[in-house]
Amino acid sequence: MARHALSTRLWHWINAAAVIVLFMTGLNISNAHRHLYWGSWGFDPKDAWLHVPRFPGWATIPQHYNLALARDWHITAAWPFGLGVLFIWVAMLANGHFRRDLATSAKDWTPGAVLSSVKARPGAAAGAQGHGYNPVQRILYGMVLGVLLPLMLFTGLAISPGFAGAAPWLVDVFGGRQSARSLHFIAAWAIFGFAGLHLVMALADWRLIAAMVTGGTRADDTAPEPAAAQAEVPANG
Amino acid sequence: MVDLPRRSLLAGIAALGASACSRINDHETTRSLFKAAEDAHRAVHRALAGKQGLAREYARDARSPTFRGNGSVTIPDPYYQQQLASGFPDWRLAVTGLVEQPLALSLADIRALPQRTQITRHDCVEGWSAIGEWQGPQLARLLDAAKVRPEANFIVFRCADTLFGREYYESIDMVDAYHPQTIIAHALNGEPLPEKNGAPLRMRIERQLGYKHAKYVKAIEAVASFEDIGQGQGGFWEDVAGYQWYAGI
Repeated sequence: MARHALSTRLWHWINAAAVIVLFMTGLNISNAHRHLYWGSWGFDPKDAWLHVPRFPGWATIPQHYNLALARDWHITAAWPFGLGVLFIWVAMLANGHFRRDLATSAKDWTPGAVLSSVKARPGAAAGAQGHGYNPVQRILYGMVLGVLLPLMLFTGLAISPGFAGAAPWLVDVFGGRQSARSLHFIAAWAIFGFAGLHLVMALADWRLIAAMVTGGTRADDTAPEPAAAQAEVPANG
Repeated sequence: MVDLPRRSLLAGIAALGASACSRINDHETTRSLFKAAEDAHRAVHRALAGKQGLAREYARDARSPTFRGNGSVTIPDPYYQQQLASGFPDWRLAVTGLVEQPLALSLADIRALPQRTQITRHDCVEGWSAIGEWQGPQLARLLDAAKVRPEANFIVFRCADTLFGREYYESIDMVDAYHPQTIIAHALNGEPLPEKNGAPLRMRIERQLGYKHAKYVKAIEAVASFEDIGQGQGGFWEDVAGYQWYAGI
């Protein structure tokens, strides 16, 4: 059995591309009004809770300030991103990936479990316990898939005046449009932080990256005969 | 001296990157992809909200203390300034184009029509929002009075302000034109519209971004297509900067 299902691999790379485009065009859009507010309204920098620095050209798409083009890319990439999040959740629930690899139990949240996860070598951590991830990985992947990506999607929808016409309650959930915009910004940087950590961990062992392309093999498959036999002979019932 | 070749190499790489990017951005496939994404957003918004679905209306105490003016905030023309100072006695709003009965309405005519008052949030494409109370007749009433012909597909707003030497204009489709919250506002927060907010008349297109809400409106024109107007993109910012015609996102 492959370590990563085809659905996971497809989504992973499509999502990675979409997130890169969304993040870098988002920085360009941020340059249009570099102040964040809480509540429904906000337009005067003196009411802002955060003054955002101007993001330089090398960090943005396009590489110069162009709100129209940045928005074109942003609202186009929003489709594969949004539909992708929906797709991976359906796939994860259907193929057991969520239950098997990401769902946590109470003991995963104990300081001891977290400490032993952090101490493990990055390469060894993935799949070291036969299959699945260590508690910290489960918690982080769960937070990204369950909280940050949906938050990004729903705050993005709440900012759109056309969508807000369809679901005004969504804007209220976030405490108003400017709050939704602030949360959109915060979630973007949280995802950036995760992606940075994720990349550093993955680069520790190139086979992890290769496995996300080819599918790889599960650690328990490497035990020669029994695992192969197990895969071919269905269990009773 | 020694630095020169390296610098020109860097400049060359940067130029290569920049030209590759502009090729992608200008490519016909990319353009049609953007258009498809924009159309898909509009279709989904319309399907979810319904054609008549209302934007959120707020209580009076939810209004922002002031209402920011953006884009054109003044018209330096002496005639406009004289009209502004005297309450626009000679201002006429023309309703023209594909209509059976062209109209020319004074501000008194507009105030005499049945009014709609709405406290709504204004979302600028730049990201900021303001909340204000707007009052004016529904656009649908004017279109009905002028008897819009069935071949009309869009309503174009002609404005008195100019930016970068061009007259501002905007356009919406018939769904937004007949939306109950699409009004021609002559008052903001109970006062005649201030100059910076588009005196004497501005549009409210509540489910779209601010640049669709044409200010200083002098004519409303029913058209079959906006291809022959301006540069054919349906609005000032659409022509000048490539903004999305559907500004619901």
